[in-house]
Amino acid sequence: MRLNGKKSWILLPFLLGLLFVVNLGLGSVNIPPGAILSILTGHESANPVWHDIVWDFRMTKALTCLLAGSALSIAGLQMQTLFRNALAGPDVLGLSSGASLAVSLVFMSQAAGLHLFSTPGPWTVAGTASLGCFGVFFIVILIAQRLRDNTSLLIIGLMLGAATSSLVSVLQFLSKPEEQQSYMLWTFGSLGRLNWTEIKVLTIILVSAGLMTLFSTKALNGWLLGDHYAQSIGINLNRSRFIILFSTSVLTGGVTAFCGPIAFVGLAVPHLTKLIVKTHNHKILIPAVAVAGAALMLFCDIMTQLPGQAYVLPINAITAMIGAPVVIWIIIKAKRLAV
Amino acid sequence: MKQTITPLLSLQALTVGYVTSVGSNILFENLDLGLNAGELTCFMGPNGIGKSTLIRTLAGLQTPLAGTVRHAGALLPSGQKSNGPLPQLTSVVLTDKVTSVQMNVRELVSFGRYPYLGWNITLSRDDKDKVEAALAEVHIQHLASHRLFELSDGQLQMVMIARALAQETPVILLDEPTAHLDLNNRVEVMNLLRRLARKLDKAILIATHELDLALQTADLIWLAGREKTLITGMPEDLVLSGVFDEVFQFKGYNLKTGRVQHEAYRGKAVSVSGHGHALLWTKNALERNGFEVISAPSGLYIEVVGVDDATTWVLQDGNTFHSLRALLAHLP
Repeated sequence: MRLNGKKSWILLPFLLGLLFVVNLGLGSVNIPPGAILSILTGHESANPVWHDIVWDFRMTKALTCLLAGSALSIAGLQMQTLFRNALAGPDVLGLSSGASLAVSLVFMSQAAGLHLFSTPGPWTVAGTASLGCFGVFFIVILIAQRLRDNTSLLIIGLMLGAATSSLVSVLQFLSKPEEQQSYMLWTFGSLGRLNWTEIKVLTIILVSAGLMTLFSTKALNGWLLGDHYAQSIGINLNRSRFIILFSTSVLTGGVTAFCGPIAFVGLAVPHLTKLIVKTHNHKILIPAVAVAGAALMLFCDIMTQLPGQAYVLPINAITAMIGAPVVIWIIIKAKRLAV
Repeated sequence: MKQTITPLLSLQALTVGYVTSVGSNILFENLDLGLNAGELTCFMGPNGIGKSTLIRTLAGLQTPLAGTVRHAGALLPSGQKSNGPLPQLTSVVLTDKVTSVQMNVRELVSFGRYPYLGWNITLSRDDKDKVEAALAEVHIQHLASHRLFELSDGQLQMVMIARALAQETPVILLDEPTAHLDLNNRVEVMNLLRRLARKLDKAILIATHELDLALQTADLIWLAGREKTLITGMPEDLVLSGVFDEVFQFKGYNLKTGRVQHEAYRGKAVSVSGHGHALLWTKNALERNGFEVISAPSGLYIEVVGVDDATTWVLQDGNTFHSLRALLAHLP
């Protein structure tokens, strides 16, 4: 017996809620669940430090998980649908690589002979990463207007990614070890760096991009049939492709700017979701993927804290470690990946 | 056949092809043709002559190099890229593969309703009824909840036709709908399209290179000639006037008799008497094996006795055979 799409969909929000609560409960300081509950419901807690920890560290981190997980997963879904390719993800357009190049330029500007910033702050990094993403996005869009073929576009995105990555290697080779280290830390990805102001900014950015995706529901479904059929049922190819690429760039760029290049989630979550919600219809898939992405991100973040109280592992080490076996298992079980 | 009716879709001085970096590659030039309601038109020509390109241009998926595609009512001007397909007037069945194999049949057919839906694609009661009607029209209601990967090629083609029907357009254009299908499915698809054209008063154009089926089902043939033009006419007229022979350059196939020509390499004549299908297939077997079948009695004489499943073959020397294979093994 197979659950139909609507029934199994109910499980996901429950899972998300559970993981959110568990995520809030875990951290390097041991706070009893009762105290967390009373802090969250607005009561004064026995220990004022706990109040700050719960609100300004754990809550911000959990919310960042929600935002980043949903955004990257929606971005990945859009790319897999647009390119009709199961291996596409938010990074296929070369956006993360563009962001990495820009950020590495900031961190290693000394090596390049530039003295732009002495100590890059979080806003500087976020701003630079966004610029890097948009730089690549505009190159992609310029090329997309000349090429009507999505497969070529996919390859060009991958090439841009490879080219920018190689520039980053050159910069790394030329730079001092301490500069390399701050760049390396950025590439590990981090969900715990954001304060409330940054979260508000990121929320506005990601929600607007998410609304654009919702507006593209019909076009995304149409793209599943390929460009000729999509066009024949009244989908405006150029406009919808632009909107899909734009919202994907904003979703990926926003997350990369604030949290670093978080790998794998965007690729894996659409596949995991389609295993539970067996539909092609983006009207169901978009919200389902957003919820599943948030849940997986919370889960991965919980896993980063497992080794013990002393360390927190980088998020990127966990996403692939958990995600890769799961996707392999799915492929073996289902014999194929559906787009 | 009345020719005074206005065609549902007409080609006016239409030039079709591609613009490449070295200039334009014209496939068809200056076409003036029309598709009429209730008629099935087969668009024939050798592979690679540009059938798919013309189909796409007529569907508005590709811009014509010159001229116009006019719908009864609406106009599709050339050179205006914004003016693309008219999804409420033309639906298509293409050779493009649908890769979303997890989709079920009803969902795929529902895509036909997209031109009538808003961004949040909510199917109304009426839309759902039309999807069911389209499924019923091609007799695939029993497949409605099957996923696409569970279907045979023939069934999948029926689903694509149902999807086009659900789009409720006066014109349906199909590109090689019978390719990769076995004989039964090919006949079924052609008969279905034939019936739909009549019953729903649609103008249906099928691009195909399958001569035998087209000759027996089409009301009208568009035949791609060598001069980037199309010759049109009723199938029978075109056969008799020898236009087909000119275009297809048949090698060993006689279109007028519908038979493959065999060389009488044995240099032996044989006469056969009998009647019905048994006689027909006996001649076929003899000719294929290099005998010349003549009507006047000669040295070799075979009498076909009985009919169909109880046939025996009697040679002039009295030998009797129960299969053609045995007979041919005995013949010199």
